[in-house]
Amino acid sequence: MASFRPSDAISAEPEEDSRADGAPTLPKLGPVGFARFLWRQLTSMRTALVLLLLLALVAVPGSLIPQRTSNPNGVASWQRDDPELFRTLDSLGLFSLYSSPWFAAVYVLLFVSLVGCILPRAKHHIDAMRSRPPRTPARLSRLVAYTEASTPLDVETAVAVARDTLKKRRYRVERYGDSISAERGYLKETGNLIFHISLVGVLVFVGLGDLLGSIGQRVLIEGQPFVNVQADYDTFTPGAWIDPDTDLAPFSMRLDSFEDRYSFADNRWNPEKFTANMSIREPGGDWQPRVLEVNSPLDIGGTQVYLLGNGYALDVTVRDPEGREVFSQPVPFLALDNNLMSMGVVKVPDGLSEQIGMRGFFYPDPYARTDGTLGSFQPMITDNAIVTLLVYSGNIGLDDGSDSNVYSLKTANLTELAGRDDPLTLAVGETVDLPNGLGTIELNKVVRYVGLDIHRDPVQGLVLVFTLLAIAGLLAGVMVPRRRVWIKVLPAADGSRVEYAGLARGDDAALPAEVAEIVRINTEALERRMTT
Amino acid sequence: MNTETLAAWSLLGVYSACAVYLMAFVAFLVDLARRSARTPAARTPATATVSSATVASAEGGSTAVLVNAPPAPPADQVGAKPSRSARVGVALTVVGLVVHTAAILLRGIAAERVPWANMFEFALTGTGVIVATFVVSLLWKDLRYLGVFITGLSVLLLALATRNLYVDVVPLPPALDSAWLVIHVLVAILATGFFALATGLSILQLLQQGREGGRLRKARLMRTMPASTVLETMSYRLNVVGFVLWTFTLVFGAIWAERAWGRYWGWDVKEVWTFVIWVVYAGYIHARATRGWRGTPSAVLSIVGFVTVLFNFVVVNVFFTGLHAYSGLVAPTSP
Repeated sequence: MASFRPSDAISAEPEEDSRADGAPTLPKLGPVGFARFLWRQLTSMRTALVLLLLLALVAVPGSLIPQRTSNPNGVASWQRDDPELFRTLDSLGLFSLYSSPWFAAVYVLLFVSLVGCILPRAKHHIDAMRSRPPRTPARLSRLVAYTEASTPLDVETAVAVARDTLKKRRYRVERYGDSISAERGYLKETGNLIFHISLVGVLVFVGLGDLLGSIGQRVLIEGQPFVNVQADYDTFTPGAWIDPDTDLAPFSMRLDSFEDRYSFADNRWNPEKFTANMSIREPGGDWQPRVLEVNSPLDIGGTQVYLLGNGYALDVTVRDPEGREVFSQPVPFLALDNNLMSMGVVKVPDGLSEQIGMRGFFYPDPYARTDGTLGSFQPMITDNAIVTLLVYSGNIGLDDGSDSNVYSLKTANLTELAGRDDPLTLAVGETVDLPNGLGTIELNKVVRYVGLDIHRDPVQGLVLVFTLLAIAGLLAGVMVPRRRVWIKVLPAADGSRVEYAGLARGDDAALPAEVAEIVRINTEALERRMTT
Repeated sequence: MNTETLAAWSLLGVYSACAVYLMAFVAFLVDLARRSARTPAARTPATATVSSATVASAEGGSTAVLVNAPPAPPADQVGAKPSRSARVGVALTVVGLVVHTAAILLRGIAAERVPWANMFEFALTGTGVIVATFVVSLLWKDLRYLGVFITGLSVLLLALATRNLYVDVVPLPPALDSAWLVIHVLVAILATGFFALATGLSILQLLQQGREGGRLRKARLMRTMPASTVLETMSYRLNVVGFVLWTFTLVFGAIWAERAWGRYWGWDVKEVWTFVIWVVYAGYIHARATRGWRGTPSAVLSIVGFVTVLFNFVVVNVFFTGLHAYSGLVAPTSP
């Protein structure tokens, strides 16, 4: 009995004092004894509690310091602003706190402590469910809601009635002498155990999901096909236990068109709805139209596709002075503000007399601000839409991979050919000359693109199952009261004396009311027995 | 009526509710002052001697009779006669709540959606739920001594919300346009209501412990309140309900995050704080079952828990950047 709960749990029974002779015995701990001592410390309630609070505490810095997983731009700006501090914090793992060893140390210790606590408790609980309710205490008068009543019935009949009463109230009953011992609410402990075991399940499958899943991003421009292979992703993070060559679901998809809806309120354009009309093709099938919206991902053979971003892509063609095409493709521009004023980079590594890079700003509905710069009135594209281009020449970093980011252009070592004061400006369908007679650039058309997240997590359903189990267990654990009730019958001069009392196991404010109710029901039953 | 008119009426309702709560606050304050002035000797001590209700047998033993039953629980721990100012306080709180509810409904009608899609609306509805939880709890226990805490907190939150968080009605951004907005946020608001009430009781518990321990001997006011163990038990029950609701908040949030952002958990700042709150309250519940952690430590944890709830709402929403940037105070980025 003494070992089923940590010794410092309030509901645990006091341990028997082994030092009956009163002499202080100092612990003599061999390696096994020491291990046992450590284990007892780790699985004590106090340790579990401290670890819980520690877990809350160590989770906090992750909200103050940007995390690589949730805020990579924030991490980059910390690195830029204070490289020294960044190195120190990074060596402590603070930018990927939740996968850092010391965060893991806290939750692993917590879960070891939890398992160490649960296993003996589960064993005890199973034993308790198999065994009989405990013996009736000698003196009920010291327990909760002690009640005495008298009845003219004889002892044997009164005991039988009491047994019936308690059984009908769904207690497990056992007769000891002329008393009935009853217990109910085993579901409370069952729920408690299920809750804690399910948390272990959640942790295990969250971890497995990391190992067995994959996450990737792709900017998909209208009309372009995407095939679900690693090479077709912009970024791809596979789990450690998967083989991207064989484990990715075979399908293709394509963005057919994109619709957005904005409304003007509170002095700005507010997005209301984004709809991507996609086509999906699975092996052996034809292209099937599917609608993808925010909050409504596509599920394609166990892989989920999410709509996380959108913008304009500019289809440009660059020609050399002889009119030969050296570059022709749509370039996605990233939104800079709510009205989709966007920025993009056009890099032309080959075909012209020198490498050129262009940084473009796109205005769906341009207007001149008072300071002379341009802005966009609204996110919807109009006939006035223009792009302005700053042109640079030199090593644009594609050959040696020093600047392979398609959205950025490092201009420090480049020569400016067209700057802020004299940018190239062109509208849809227009062609302008590049500086220095390098050639021409034409804006063919403007199309839409979507930013997609493509996820696969084969075990996330199991995470949900264990989460729901944990909730069910929690509800049972807090809502079901565990209680014992005794009815004892003693011979009296003119019949019997009936004693009632209860014992709460855990917080149970309703126990006195429950005993009173049993007294009422049993008294009625006794009276009914008298009249028959 | 158009959106602007409805929103303006709603705002007027908020100001009115705020004013009524302020009057209720004063009434509750007067009640507390009167309580401390009352002579404690007039009250029967809470640890009433066990009296036995003996029922005489009418027909000399021919029927089953009660011989000895436990005393009926005292009808009211605080004293049978509620002071007039306390009753006025409750009445004013109810009036304030009615006006407040009307303001919340008008806001919802103006926006044609649930009235908790940005921080102002969350504060507006959340405060309403805190007050409603208090009013409903009065049917369960006489917690009128919490009136000062609840109405004071509500006035403060509403004033902050209207002064610093007000935004015009704007349509839902696509990321929030989901049935989960209704469920996830509503459950979070309900949990906050229970946590707030429990925190009030925990603060009183600490004061009461101080008096019982002889340190706050002069706090005569506390003599009119339940014993610290009673306060602790009530606070615990409310916190457990809050914890269950917060568990739902966390799980529904994760399910929604999976739908909206493609992952059920990503340690976004708001997720971090939802987790921290959950763990702190889990710690609180364990503390109540650990030797040496009942009383002061668990009361402190209960208060710390609510501080993290408030921190999560105010500081995290306004000053931290994350996916949950729905305060409406800064221009939201595309989904």
